[in-house]
Amino acid sequence: MIEVNNDKSLPGKRVLIIQHLYKSFGNNHVLNDFNLELQKGESVVVLGKSGSGKSVMIKCVVGLLQPDKGTITMFGKNIPDLQDDELDRIRAKVGFLFQGNALYDSMTVRGNLEFPMRRTWIQFTQQEVNQRVIETLEDVGLAHTIDMMPAELSGGMRKRIALARTLILRPEIILYDEPTTGLDPITGKEIIELMNEIQEKYNTSSLIISHDMKCVQTASDRVVVLIDGRCYAIGTYDELKQNTDPKVKEFFE
Amino acid sequence: MNFAPGLKLFLTEVGGLSRFAGRLFKQGFKPRYEVGEFIKQCFVIGYKSLPLIGLTSFILGLVLTMQLRPSMVSYGVESQLPAIVGIAVIREIGPVITALIFAGKIGSSIGAELGSMRVTEQIDAMEVSGTNPFKYLVITRVLAATFMLPVLVMLGDAISLFGSWIGINIRGATSFYLYWTQVFDNLAFSDVLPAFFKSYFFGFAVGIIGCYKGYNSSKGTEGVGLSANSAVVVSSIVIFIIDLLAVQITDALGLN
Repeated sequence: MIEVNNDKSLPGKRVLIIQHLYKSFGNNHVLNDFNLELQKGESVVVLGKSGSGKSVMIKCVVGLLQPDKGTITMFGKNIPDLQDDELDRIRAKVGFLFQGNALYDSMTVRGNLEFPMRRTWIQFTQQEVNQRVIETLEDVGLAHTIDMMPAELSGGMRKRIALARTLILRPEIILYDEPTTGLDPITGKEIIELMNEIQEKYNTSSLIISHDMKCVQTASDRVVVLIDGRCYAIGTYDELKQNTDPKVKEFFE
Repeated sequence: MNFAPGLKLFLTEVGGLSRFAGRLFKQGFKPRYEVGEFIKQCFVIGYKSLPLIGLTSFILGLVLTMQLRPSMVSYGVESQLPAIVGIAVIREIGPVITALIFAGKIGSSIGAELGSMRVTEQIDAMEVSGTNPFKYLVITRVLAATFMLPVLVMLGDAISLFGSWIGINIRGATSFYLYWTQVFDNLAFSDVLPAFFKSYFFGFAVGIIGCYKGYNSSKGTEGVGLSANSAVVVSSIVIFIIDLLAVQITDALGLN
């Protein structure tokens, strides 16, 4: 592994630690001894080619996939070992923005945002729910869409609503799966700005999966290059851009 | 001709469906119980299917009567028409035709809805939101289908017999009271109860097959179409298999 920046020198509390993660689908070894650490308030972008296992890794983190081997420690717990109710408590502190937004088609924007609040183990009053929904929609600049259906929204608006739903439980960590994929460059830029504003306002930590170099440049504190299922290089955007390794250079050309 | 791949696929599907049903029984009794979603699904699956079931049942009763009438007249047993139609509708035609229409409407709808939710990651989003999607989406729909189909069968039977009364009165004149008296005088509990109970199994089959196909959907939008289609085809075949087993059981119990 090419370690441009030494992890141990990074200050702050580690909110996510992935160690020796392995995941295979039949003979396809997607993750091979993958390691990563995320600090409190930090934004790490995992960069890799399509099919390199980025989405598999992020789904293992949130417990949607069970890794074959390895540990994923969040809030002092190893995610693969958790029972459903314990996992739900951890998930209330973790937001997940899906690549395709995954908005519930049969619900209005309000319904989409209320759903996680009504389903989580934390109890909210109706007044708290209403207040939080409006406040979060204002954060993403779409308060006027509250009673609209997802099908009535544009791609960029849907992404913002999905981001609002991710934020609704005020998570400490947000996982972004390809947040700018399928968006035009201007909307993509707006989403990245919004992600940065949210991180600043709510002091969240972000783990971002992307192959959009604009996103990597503007949203990352550190970049992890994922090649052959493992962490091939770590460093800041500028450090990795100077890197002479041909496999790393390929991403920055 | 090589049957091995087809046989392997069939056994894989049977195994997958059995595991899915096992998971349903295992998780169905544990809290949290999704009562609100179950009631909503009863409305969607039951109440919203009523116009279609009602219309087809009415036509079925009317047509059956008009088709039977010439033969009954030629044998001089025209007066037995309400009894014959009543027994045929209550014992066999009502439950099976209602279940097949139910499979076409609800099986495909569940298969397509869950399939679409699967490929657009909505099911994953639910799981991340702290919701057990299997309980919220699958158990509620299977239970709603199981409990709503017998109700639809009963209503469908009544509408079908009403259609039959209209059919009789197109060429003849039988009072409403006399018609129903003749129908009920020739029916026994052994005609009604087995038909009623097998409707629960039809409903369960439609619900679980629709959910199984949709929940395990893959291959993007093409997979959604395949899920909806195979949910209807497999449900329809399973309905006939259950019907065949039901008649063997009632026969063995001396209820035929």
